[in-house]
Amino acid sequence: MEARGLVKQYGRITAVDHVDVTVNAGDVYGFLGPNGAGKTTTLRMMLGLIYPTGGSVRVFGRDPITEGAAALEGVAGFVEAPRFYPYLSARKNLEMMASYDGNGARDRVEAVLDTVEMTARADDKVGGYSHGMRQRLGIAGALLRDPKLLILDEPATGLDPGGMRDMRALIRRLADDGMTVLLSSHLLAEVEELCDRVAIVRAGRIVYEGAISDLKATAETAYRVRTNDNTRALEICAAQAGVSAVRADGLEIRMEANEPAMAELSVALVHANLKIHALVPETATLEDLFFHLTEGSTPGEISAPVIDQLAAGGAA
Amino acid sequence: MRPGVWTVYRWELRKLISLKRTYLGLAAAAGVPLSFAITLALKKGQPNDVPFGAYVHQSGLAIPLVLLTFASAFLLPLITALVAGDIVAAEDQNGTLKTILTRSVQRGHVFFGKVLAALTYTIVSLVLLGGVSIVAGSLVSGFNPLRSLSGTTVSATSALWLVLASFAVYLVPLGTICLVGVMYSTVTRNSAAAVVGTLVTVLLIELVGILPGLGFLQPYLLTRQFPAWQGLLRQPIDWSPITHSIWVCALYGVPAVIAGYLVFLRRDVAGG
Repeated sequence: MEARGLVKQYGRITAVDHVDVTVNAGDVYGFLGPNGAGKTTTLRMMLGLIYPTGGSVRVFGRDPITEGAAALEGVAGFVEAPRFYPYLSARKNLEMMASYDGNGARDRVEAVLDTVEMTARADDKVGGYSHGMRQRLGIAGALLRDPKLLILDEPATGLDPGGMRDMRALIRRLADDGMTVLLSSHLLAEVEELCDRVAIVRAGRIVYEGAISDLKATAETAYRVRTNDNTRALEICAAQAGVSAVRADGLEIRMEANEPAMAELSVALVHANLKIHALVPETATLEDLFFHLTEGSTPGEISAPVIDQLAAGGAA
Repeated sequence: MRPGVWTVYRWELRKLISLKRTYLGLAAAAGVPLSFAITLALKKGQPNDVPFGAYVHQSGLAIPLVLLTFASAFLLPLITALVAGDIVAAEDQNGTLKTILTRSVQRGHVFFGKVLAALTYTIVSLVLLGGVSIVAGSLVSGFNPLRSLSGTTVSATSALWLVLASFAVYLVPLGTICLVGVMYSTVTRNSAAAVVGTLVTVLLIELVGILPGLGFLQPYLLTRQFPAWQGLLRQPIDWSPITHSIWVCALYGVPAVIAGYLVFLRRDVAGG
């Protein structure tokens, strides 16, 4: 799945601003950003639900914008909360979706009900379902299509902790079975736990795309160093290229640097005949990086309540 | 089998069967002729100012024809609009449009499946109104010969066929209202607005017909096509109002379908 230069404007408001996303086969891809950053709008464009103002989408080489439903062969998922006909039972809803899928989906209804553990309630009307059951039914509906790419928009949002755990376990299981998953989330912990690649989106723009491990490695990380002569060490640290925010902190020196710069620094310290007692990286969590990226250059774009919400979400 | 219009049509019918709204309209379509027939059985009076009103006590077959005139003003457009106005907008309001548009069925097929389902409902309600009024009318006033609009007497059996044909002709303007309703349903994305919009359109067209100075428009007004069936009740049969009705209705119905189709095809599904 590949999106290139996606733009969506509503009047003068640009909801999505030149978004590039590449999801390779086998990825569990996280689409991360605060609420209102344009994640759902982007996913809707990928599913052919809304027409982009500019840019293109290719899903398995086909264009859902011009080809419509035909291009969504092998793709399934939902945006925001999955919706059903409340006056029909879960089984009837699934049977209807399966009919609209063709391709033998009708034979998979019982199997997907079983996968999301809903067989017992399948004949009840969806109108009486809890939020968590609807989310699971949404996954069941997506699995009916026997997809190679599963697009899920905040699937665990609004679930209780147990439901969240089950949802993540389910996604993990599907990914382990070889399904490619594009998962949007504002929950950092969720993305960190499930995804190996990530796009971080802020105010309609991608601020980072790549592997989570690369993101962590390239990010400025705090280090603590203790030597036998901190006074001299402080000078060397301050002079070292790529090392910043150097300051003495009791028996230690604190600084920010990336891995290669720290490697150089350790050599420099040894060349100066200093004995290194300790060199401890304080690993940045994705949360730190996320805040760094999403609050970065133009402060004030993300409102305080959103940040509070994010912090709460990240801690969950 | 690849899913297409037929798949959508079948599921739309199943959904209609599961909805209360459907039975509201059908109950009215059956209840109105029933209560009309009961009233006639109890009272001696008759509606003299409508075609066949004077014969309701002589022949039960006059009763469905009188009802056609009465129901055209409000009842049947309302019953039709109730479902046609809801059929796309309800999906918007429930957020289920995204559910069906992310499957393998094309948008155009979804739209035409819905159009066919709405038309089917219109036909069913008209058949119900016709069937109940023919049976109840015949029970109350007898399955007797009918006096045609030309003054000749038509045998009961021939009259029955003419009544059935009249309902078929009546379906042309009523079906057109259904198409207008689906168009409103698609464009407004709001069920109530679409139902009211359809009815207001019908009333406005009717209003244009009675405005002084606009009389020349009358033959081209949608609501003025409802009495076209009366051509069948003349001897010999006068086909001209019927053919006229068909092409005038096409002038309303075809643009409505095209507009609804294009809007449905091009629109963003952003809600839900």
